[in-house]
Amino acid sequence: MVNLALAWAEAYQELHPEINISVTGGGSGTGIAALQNSTADIANASRAMKEEEIVELQRKGLDPREYVVARDAIAVIVNPVNPVQELTLQQVSDIYSGKINNWKELGGDDRTIVRLSRETNSGTHVYFLERVLRLGEKENQTLFSPDTLLLPSSVGIISEVRDNPNAIGYDGLGYVTNEVKMVALAEEAGTPYFLPSADTVNQALYPVARDLYMYTAGEVSPEVIGYLDWIKSPPAQAIVKELGFVPITP
Amino acid sequence: MRTPLRLPRLWHELIITPVIKLTGYSAVIFVVLILFFLLTEGLPTFSEVALSDLFSQRWYPIESYYGILPLLAGSLLVTIGATLIALPLGVGTALFIAEIAPRWLREILKPFIEIMAGVPSVVLGFIGILVLAPALRVGLHIATGLTALAGSLLLAAISIPTIVSVAEDALDAVPRSYRDASLALGATQWQTIWRVTLPAARNGVLTAVMLGIGRAFGETMTVMMVTGNAPVLPTRLSALFQPARTMTATIAAEMGEVATDSTHYHVLFFIGIMLFLISLAVNLTASAVIFRQKKRTERILS
Repeated sequence: MVNLALAWAEAYQELHPEINISVTGGGSGTGIAALQNSTADIANASRAMKEEEIVELQRKGLDPREYVVARDAIAVIVNPVNPVQELTLQQVSDIYSGKINNWKELGGDDRTIVRLSRETNSGTHVYFLERVLRLGEKENQTLFSPDTLLLPSSVGIISEVRDNPNAIGYDGLGYVTNEVKMVALAEEAGTPYFLPSADTVNQALYPVARDLYMYTAGEVSPEVIGYLDWIKSPPAQAIVKELGFVPITP
Repeated sequence: MRTPLRLPRLWHELIITPVIKLTGYSAVIFVVLILFFLLTEGLPTFSEVALSDLFSQRWYPIESYYGILPLLAGSLLVTIGATLIALPLGVGTALFIAEIAPRWLREILKPFIEIMAGVPSVVLGFIGILVLAPALRVGLHIATGLTALAGSLLLAAISIPTIVSVAEDALDAVPRSYRDASLALGATQWQTIWRVTLPAARNGVLTAVMLGIGRAFGETMTVMMVTGNAPVLPTRLSALFQPARTMTATIAAEMGEVATDSTHYHVLFFIGIMLFLISLAVNLTASAVIFRQKKRTERILS
């Protein structure tokens, strides 16, 4: 969600030139770690804070506060020449866990599947693991197949899916360009398939969607509160829409 | 009889000498400090992860799988691939520049090699993603171009300038008289290069190759971008055509995320210790070989 955080920071600094916001990327855990070390005022996270992260903050006397600032959907993407149009979550899980290895098992061409994933430090990776590979089941221990390519950036995933007809990837809806093809997903076989979009996410139809968070810890300056209030306002939420994420207020 | 010349002891010499001494020692001090830091952060691994888990085949740290074998093997695979490509090309280029190329061509080639050394590795990584990987996939009919081979090719490109410039200096340092003597005895130019000049410069050439290997082994950004980073344990040389994950890329990709003093953090530092030890081993081997050769040449000459 670094794109979104940057766009917000830029827009807010135009409105309030006296305030200086610097945004650093690196993944949800990076931001929360910065909050723990008191090197950041706000941590952006695309996943809810983990229990041990909250405990660590409280041990340092910093009480975390959570704000839902936008919504995001993860799109499953393939090369435009790939004839596969729709998949169930179970099928996507079987692809990534290594049970399905050829596109012809899914009605596609006879091609080896190349699995692409974000690095393990990305909130998107953890969310995809829990929601799709493990189908949201707590006791499910499914893991990514070891030969899954772990790419450090969205650009890497998009460019490989764009160029490689064997590839399947996933990424936040905000990062997906029209050079790749999105796959419609269904919760399970027999239920309807939905393509990710602002509408299907807001109506809770698309199965792989999540909230995006900002966290503060301990004493918060009035400037930070002002910024967080602004983020909930219509102009800030319009930026959310522009970047392909889903606003919290329709 | 002349009296020995006594230089006046200037006050600034009293400062400069110890400062120079200190800079000399500081290199040693820093290495020791780095090692100490790595050990304090990395050794807790042994009390937290069983050895059999540490040297297992599965690396998935967010679920506490800490098998470093795929990473170790991935680094070795990519580095060996790079060395196989860079060694003949690098030494060959150095020989061409030092021995064969006419002066004007040499004046053009040398700066070009130096410019090549200056290309940032992230730029090479982008070229790798956008040009090399698709070309490999189409050209070799493999499922994806993001493979150990792509990493090896780019690492070769990174280490060739190092090898060329150091080896070329070594060849340059071989006295003119060696070549003249060889040619005077009726040897061809090729025989002179292969039997006289190259053996005479072999310490320098060996140092060049070792520096090149060290450069490739420690490179992070490029390999992270093009090798696909899949922690699969390579078992055959054909693994070059499959994705691989190196130790350096693992540290770079995961260190930013990790919670301080967690097991994952300690294991990443343990990987750092392994990197340190392997680099040390490469350097020690190189200096041992050079040392032995020096003694042999001394014996022959005496």
